Amino acid sequence: MNQELGVISDEQVEILLGDLLEYYGYDFTGYSKASIKRRILRLYALDKQLSFAEFRYNINNDTAYFKRFVEQITVNVTEMFRDPGFFKTLRDTVLPKLGTYPLIRIWLAGCSTGEEAYSVSIILKELNLLHKSLIYATDINPAVLEKAGQGMFAMSQMKQYSENYIQSGGTKDFSSYYTANYSLAKFSDELKGRIIFSTHNLVSDHSFNEFQLILCRNVLIYFDRDLQHKVLSLFAESMEGLGYLALGSKAKLDFSPLSRNYKRVPGEKIWRKVS
Amino acid sequence: MNKCDALIIGGSAGSLDVLLKVLPELNPALSFPIIIVVHRKHGADSLLPELLAGRTRLIVKEIDEKEPILAGTVYVAPSDYHTLIEKDRSFSLDCSEKINYSRPAIDATFQTAAEVYRDKLVCLLLSGSNADGVNGLISVKAWGGTTVIQDPKTAQVAYMPQQAATFAKIDYTLAIEDMAEFINLLS
Repeated sequence: MNQELGVISDEQVEILLGDLLEYYGYDFTGYSKASIKRRILRLYALDKQLSFAEFRYNINNDTAYFKRFVEQITVNVTEMFRDPGFFKTLRDTVLPKLGTYPLIRIWLAGCSTGEEAYSVSIILKELNLLHKSLIYATDINPAVLEKAGQGMFAMSQMKQYSENYIQSGGTKDFSSYYTANYSLAKFSDELKGRIIFSTHNLVSDHSFNEFQLILCRNVLIYFDRDLQHKVLSLFAESMEGLGYLALGSKAKLDFSPLSRNYKRVPGEKIWRKVS
Repeated sequence: MNKCDALIIGGSAGSLDVLLKVLPELNPALSFPIIIVVHRKHGADSLLPELLAGRTRLIVKEIDEKEPILAGTVYVAPSDYHTLIEKDRSFSLDCSEKINYSRPAIDATFQTAAEVYRDKLVCLLLSGSNADGVNGLISVKAWGGTTVIQDPKTAQVAYMPQQAATFAKIDYTLAIEDMAEFINLLS
């Protein structure tokens, strides 16, 4: 993709974000600017939009196009067992500690198309904890949640996912978790049975439960510091004492005053709430 | 040439050797930051900053998200993220789709930096086997920045600088042994 010179200016990006907030109630103003501008330019080129005015008109007047816009400017790249070392720590350290609770409540915030939710579900099953766990998997974007609910992923990815799974400490035959259906791998209903997929907007929606584990590994880097702080406060409100917070591989917590309430689990981007 | 506010070096196959030769020759008091974006395998733990740090007295570190970009520091783009430059001269990271089969993509950093640093940006594209960075150099030129490539004759894999020379306007073509002096003179 070639980002042509000044096709859309920073001011025009602000205008679009202002429209989204005014007409649709979606607040993207706290997103990192370079990233969101890139996403907007990408979509503009992809859809061969002829002018900014037309682009803006389509977003504001065509509901289907608005949905596409939101779907495309948010990043929905994810994998099963991405960063295997992280999932190994979940398997060996975090989830066994949570095994003593009668009901394990997990919030996967920004779950995108669901690959991580199924990954967590597989580990819970292998630890014999799935039957007493509930995974709330949420995303801002209804279209990706629909896909997540289907539990079908490209067959072409399975080799990579299987390698990730083994590196994360999995010892079963990974292919026993899905049935191959032409180009798609459909994951078993048992894995999906304890996952609740639902829309939730981290920017504007409130806490909806208390959890012992909150995972948010794909989202915070797209937010500016103020918004990151707001979302970390939301997580703190939604966390039981001694609960765990898991963030992405490049995430930081030390910029936030809330970091005082957490103790880092060595080696991974996982923190335990200690007060 | 205009005052340099940032130098970005992009490379792929065959670029590490160049960096290891050039870094020891650099003036440790450079008046601008150096941002290094090289393709590497995800998962292989980030040994690159450590490896480079052993070759220079400049501070070398892997980029953290939202980190302000400071002069006299060598920043290394982390694997599996795109490194973007914000208007306020800080980094943001993005794990969106690969570009040119690459994440980090050199294009993403060159292009976002082009608009921020404009005529005070210098981008150097080294040896490599794909065309990542070429569109970026076109943007850098369009915003008034300076484009530099490794002389394809000196590159282990000539394809990347060759593609750049074909499709982008290149200001300087440098042999490996001339790079350190060129960079020191930007200061």
